[in-house]
Amino acid sequence: MSNQSALILAILIPLLGGIGISLLRRAPNLREACTLVSSLVLAFVVYSLLPKILSGATVSFTFKEILPDLALEFNVEPLGMVFACIASGLWIINSLYSIGYMRGNQEGNQTRFYIYFTIAISSSMGIAFAGNMFTLFIFYEILTLSTYPLVAHKQNSDAKSGARIYLGLLIGTSIGFQLVAIIWTYLITGTLDFTPAGILKGKIDPTLLPILLALYMFGIGKAALMPFHRWLPSAMVAPTPVSALLHAVAVVKAGVFTVLKVVIYIFGIEFLSETGASTWLIWVASFTVLAASIVAITKDNLKARLAYSTISQLSYIVLGAALANGLGILGGGLHIVTHAVGKITLFMCAGAIYVATHKTEISEMTGLGRKMPFTFAAFAIGSLSIIGLPPFAGTWSKWYLALAAANAEIWTVIGVYMLSSLLNVWYLLSIVAKGFFAPADELSDRVQPKIQEAPILCVLPPCLTALGCLALFFFAEHIVELLRPIAS
Amino acid sequence: MNLIVPHLPVLQVAIPLIAAPICVLFTFGGHRKLAWLFTLSISWICLLIAGALLSRVVLETDISYAIGSWPPPFGIEYRVDPINAFVLLIISGVSAIALPFARLSVEKEIESDRHVLFYTCYLLCLTGLLGVTITGDAFNIFVFLEISSLSTYVLIATGVRQDRRALTAAYNYLILGTIGATFFVIGIGLLYMVTGTLNIADLAERLKPLSDNRVVHAGFAFIIIGTCLKLALFPMHAWLPNAYTYAPSLVTVFLAATSTKVSVYVLLRFLFTVFGPTYDFVNLTFEFVLLPLAIVAMFAGSVTAIFQTNVKRLFAYSSVAQLGYMMLGVSLCNIPGLMATILHIFNHALMKGALFMALGCVVYRLGAISLGSMKGLGRRMPWTMGALTLAGLSLIGVPGTVGFISKWHLILGTLESGYWPIAILIVGSSLLAVIYIWNIVEVAYLEKETSREQTLKEVPMTMLAPLWVLVILNFYFGIDTDLTTRVARNVAATFLGGG
Repeated sequence: MSNQSALILAILIPLLGGIGISLLRRAPNLREACTLVSSLVLAFVVYSLLPKILSGATVSFTFKEILPDLALEFNVEPLGMVFACIASGLWIINSLYSIGYMRGNQEGNQTRFYIYFTIAISSSMGIAFAGNMFTLFIFYEILTLSTYPLVAHKQNSDAKSGARIYLGLLIGTSIGFQLVAIIWTYLITGTLDFTPAGILKGKIDPTLLPILLALYMFGIGKAALMPFHRWLPSAMVAPTPVSALLHAVAVVKAGVFTVLKVVIYIFGIEFLSETGASTWLIWVASFTVLAASIVAITKDNLKARLAYSTISQLSYIVLGAALANGLGILGGGLHIVTHAVGKITLFMCAGAIYVATHKTEISEMTGLGRKMPFTFAAFAIGSLSIIGLPPFAGTWSKWYLALAAANAEIWTVIGVYMLSSLLNVWYLLSIVAKGFFAPADELSDRVQPKIQEAPILCVLPPCLTALGCLALFFFAEHIVELLRPIAS
Repeated sequence: MNLIVPHLPVLQVAIPLIAAPICVLFTFGGHRKLAWLFTLSISWICLLIAGALLSRVVLETDISYAIGSWPPPFGIEYRVDPINAFVLLIISGVSAIALPFARLSVEKEIESDRHVLFYTCYLLCLTGLLGVTITGDAFNIFVFLEISSLSTYVLIATGVRQDRRALTAAYNYLILGTIGATFFVIGIGLLYMVTGTLNIADLAERLKPLSDNRVVHAGFAFIIIGTCLKLALFPMHAWLPNAYTYAPSLVTVFLAATSTKVSVYVLLRFLFTVFGPTYDFVNLTFEFVLLPLAIVAMFAGSVTAIFQTNVKRLFAYSSVAQLGYMMLGVSLCNIPGLMATILHIFNHALMKGALFMALGCVVYRLGAISLGSMKGLGRRMPWTMGALTLAGLSLIGVPGTVGFISKWHLILGTLESGYWPIAILIVGSSLLAVIYIWNIVEVAYLEKETSREQTLKEVPMTMLAPLWVLVILNFYFGIDTDLTTRVARNVAATFLGGG
């Protein structure tokens, strides 16, 4: 298989899977097999590109020139490779989980659910491998639209209003700001190609640079920078597998991935740090990190708390980009991976709790850890990883992000990272503590708790990703090696 | 072949013109059903001719055809260049795609003893629109404009199942349309008074030394107001919503996709070929008349659309907004802006054609078109509503669709002129489109269907196929933009360069 065809297949396989799913809609077992097979094949194809990229080569493919100098163009580079690997790898685990969750919960319209899921994954691959901002924007919008039916899945009034905010904010910011920024860039540079040193240098009046950057940063609504973060809590009306893979991995990471791409390949790190155009962004991102953490503490609904935690963690990455140095990019890229693995664990645990007990509020979960020890153990590991404690993956990304802040000599930012980690401890570990150590509500459970876990397909996936958090602690250096070329 | 090819320009108009009276003959002897087949074949012949003409002007040179061999400027000249060949292709193409859809739709909406007359008027309307586009003679434009308008009044008045509201809609349009046409002909008269010619190319030559002439200014004003009324530029759009709402589905599809576009073409022709942006009064018109009105139209149209419960009327108001985009592109008076207008003439025909055709399918099954009656329709008529949603995305301007290509150029044009606040207004108004499209999507997909809708079935293939052809074209030309942007760039350069 040539590298180019692997690249094309990575985008097509999920879509083919989607067609298979729609054909097999009358045979649920075969339909789910189709999802699993396509996720496995996709991961195989994506990982087959890895050696090539590690050796420093790039793979590119131009489909068609749509407008002058604007082609539908794909190009695999390290950062995109990292994003594609994490999204496709976690899709396998999430597919297992989806089957357990959707069946355990007896959800309706499952065929539609699986089909739109495949479209979302395909567009994530498109985003990961986009060779220019134009291609990226196309897939960015397809991702928004294809996840709308997933968010509105329950079709009740909550789902409807949640989905409305979701679509309104994501489409609104992307057309209102991002498209304008893209056209502006195209007008002054005549290109939108991702170029290692950026394309804007010398083409734009430095006083306008912060404005263009703001159009991009707020235009990439998927990065959930405040005040355009409301869509993420709204999206929590979706079934949990959607929250887990899309709203902890694919969609939100597509957002911060785009932020990194824009900073590295459109603005250029050097140009940004020379002009200081991103200084304001440091403060906006810091504010988002802290404010979202504080809001998370006040949320009693588990998924809402996790959503605000995600908003806060996403801004870690934006902050890394705003620092405009190599370490920040490295830390940001690494955090895409470590946060993805950690947060998907937490969401899958939340879903497992819901399937087993139909509980959504944290205050109802006292003593639940003794009934669901595996789920809560996985939750504890995921939490520790997100807090950034060794020996879990999150340690390294925070390490690099803090180094980046030190390198830029902005000490406040280190303070922000530290403070936010403490807040993480507060709002995540309190759940674990409540589950394991608080006395249970029901008297019978207090005496001798019986183990009542969710179905195996709901419990196994978070345990696997929890192990992943541990494993990544030891293998993080490979990701760093992969990312090193773009951060230098 | 050599006998026919030189005469293609006149055949483009003569064939449907002669076909119209022949069509009446189908009233006799029980051949009524043939009227549809006859109209369909004529449409396809027109499409072939338009295709041949376009390929000739794009690959070779402009065509000048002297009617009756009277050399221009004395006789009537038909003149084909890329812009009007492009519009000819749009008109005949929409007609050729819409007619296969029309058979069932017309059978359902219009009682059978009127079919023959209906198709006859349709052919006349087609003749008129093609004639306006192809002719190189200012007075001839007026004549064909009247042919198309008069037949349009009849077509609209036919109404869906003799809906009496169609009569007032048609009457309204008759009055306003006539005022527009009168203004137009007065303008032509004034120009003729000063220059003594009606040939457009000749007119352009002779007007050059007359830029300070008051009569020319007055003629210009009359012509601009007349055409703006015909193309429903805000605030002269009052005739449009009712006309689109109550007309039979085929008529709405055809008019929404072609008739206002033809008026935009006429406006372009006069603004750029006859007068040209080198005149001060033309530039002032751009900046102080067309630009503000276009922006108001974008918002007034979209905001009104949001509050409509009749979906056909909703899209009619959206057309008012879309015409605002086209006029905005014109008034920017630079290459990307003008390209946006020309692209949008084509692209808007594709999206509104698809949208109104999908609504025609809904009318076919449901008989009504209010938002409330479409609950859960996404389940009952998945192909129709799927098409409606996809065409709606194109209207919003999602990348990958034709709507995006137009919007891209329009924003590029505003930024190039340095009007960045207008760029923000454009994206703002396209977000309004998200609201009214999503109102429909939510009702169709997320609401529970009532018992009435549960018995519904999808419409037959013969209606779905043309609908999906249009939907696919919406995406095809959103990705393969070679043809459309090449023509648009070509034309924009000629208009701005040649004056």
